[in-house]
Amino acid sequence: MSLVETLRDADEIARARARRREKIARWALPALTVALMILLWDRIAVWNAIPHYILPAPGLVAETLVKDFPILGPALLVTLQITLAALAVAVIGGVGLAVLFSLSRWAEMCFYPFAVVLQVTPVVSIAPLIFIYVDNRIVGLLLCAWLVAFFPILSNTTLGLNSTDHNLRDLYKIYGATRWQRLRYLQLPTALPYFLGGLRIAGGLSLIGAVVAEYVAGTGGIGSGLAFRILEAGYRLNIPRMFAALALIALTGVVIFAVLSLVTHLLLHKWHESALKREI
Amino acid sequence: MVVTWRRPKPLGERPKLMEIAGVDKVFGGDVVALQEMNLVVNEGDFISLLGPSGCGKSTALRLIAGLMHPTRGQIAWAGGEAEIGVVFQEPTLMPWATVEQNVYLPFRLKGRSFAEVAQDIHLALKLVGLEAFAKSYPRELSGGMKMRVSIARAMVTRPKLILMDEPFAALDEITRHKLNKDLLELKEKIASTVIFVTHSVFESVFLSDRIVVMAARPGRVATELTVDAPYPRGEAFRTSAEYAALCRTASDALHAAMGETA
Repeated sequence: MSLVETLRDADEIARARARRREKIARWALPALTVALMILLWDRIAVWNAIPHYILPAPGLVAETLVKDFPILGPALLVTLQITLAALAVAVIGGVGLAVLFSLSRWAEMCFYPFAVVLQVTPVVSIAPLIFIYVDNRIVGLLLCAWLVAFFPILSNTTLGLNSTDHNLRDLYKIYGATRWQRLRYLQLPTALPYFLGGLRIAGGLSLIGAVVAEYVAGTGGIGSGLAFRILEAGYRLNIPRMFAALALIALTGVVIFAVLSLVTHLLLHKWHESALKREI
Repeated sequence: MVVTWRRPKPLGERPKLMEIAGVDKVFGGDVVALQEMNLVVNEGDFISLLGPSGCGKSTALRLIAGLMHPTRGQIAWAGGEAEIGVVFQEPTLMPWATVEQNVYLPFRLKGRSFAEVAQDIHLALKLVGLEAFAKSYPRELSGGMKMRVSIARAMVTRPKLILMDEPFAALDEITRHKLNKDLLELKEKIASTVIFVTHSVFESVFLSDRIVVMAARPGRVATELTVDAPYPRGEAFRTSAEYAALCRTASDALHAAMGETA
């Protein structure tokens, strides 16, 4: 027996085993649960002989997803474009406003109430108005999605910019840092983890905003997104297609969240507490 | 940075660096943090401000650093306002920046490029014994090592005056002793003036050649002691009878300032 072998006591072995078990369980358990749920759904539909225009079996939904992809694919692309554009504008607007607020208390006092009012008013109730005043449908959708998405970025980034270490702020002052230097080298890096937290929320919200706005806008034709396809399929009692479109929206949301989580990890894993693994 | 081994001149022959002249600091109109403080700081001094909490020693430091202004009196610099380096009680490093980037900060804020000052940065890191950790992030370092980075940052520009606000108070005894010794060596090498705030009698005697004993409520200078022991000081000094006697004197002065009998 080697020295290392003899030094592994019962605790160590138990911990190693628990770690191995957890590693497998982390992906196996959710996969198993989802598989069971789908099986249950399938059995309920088949055993009760539920007609497919009320509850389609999962097999039929998958089949529809493939068969209708020429319709759903372009719709997905439209929704995705609006979501990502809204997120991009939310980042620019949210961070820009937060920086402006941190540079000028006066600006913050003037405009913060507007940001709050925009945030607390449900987008469904503003959307009809927006579509009255904005002719271009894409711009209208974008505006709605942006309204929902920009606030978490604004409020989180503002909080981050104001969370700088007191002593570091003193240090910058002693070394005669300009306002710009303080922003660039101290406040923005401090705010990064806060901003990324807001970004992950905003990613999901911009998808919700895009879908909700499309429901309200309602008009069809060229440039229709997934939400419109769901409405349309509903009118035609094409329930399998509704499910297929819904699955695509959910998948989009998951992918956006995963990508933003990865970005967060890449940016923070070297230094931020949230990304550190405890040694023992 | 050129390492000069120039020793500070003996006490009494040093040129004046700055003077705190009749300074009061009053907060909110009625809280007197500092009353009638007078202190002449000479080039090469190692001054400890020793006192209980609430004696205004940190206030004095912030006034010298220019972070606030005296209510009355003035802070006069002999040769124009000197460059200052600061070490706080916390290491106060930027967690997103590597060790060398943290030490680069004072230069960066002056608009110097990294390449231009890379040598100074690495020499400063070498002097605090952390050259191997230049690319590490602060979270990878121990408390004592972080404090060393903080000290390297304070001295990298070779400032005339280094202000230290209880820098080792949060460290364990063994690390504190080691850092005390290293700080003295460093101070000799860079021939800087140090004002060191502490509430430890032992630390102030070991480190400084002048101890300014302060009293609280209102914060004021009670008395000043001179520690006339030669540098470099090491473990031999810490265990000498002279050190013990000096600690006794300083301790008595502190208790007298606090209005107690020893």
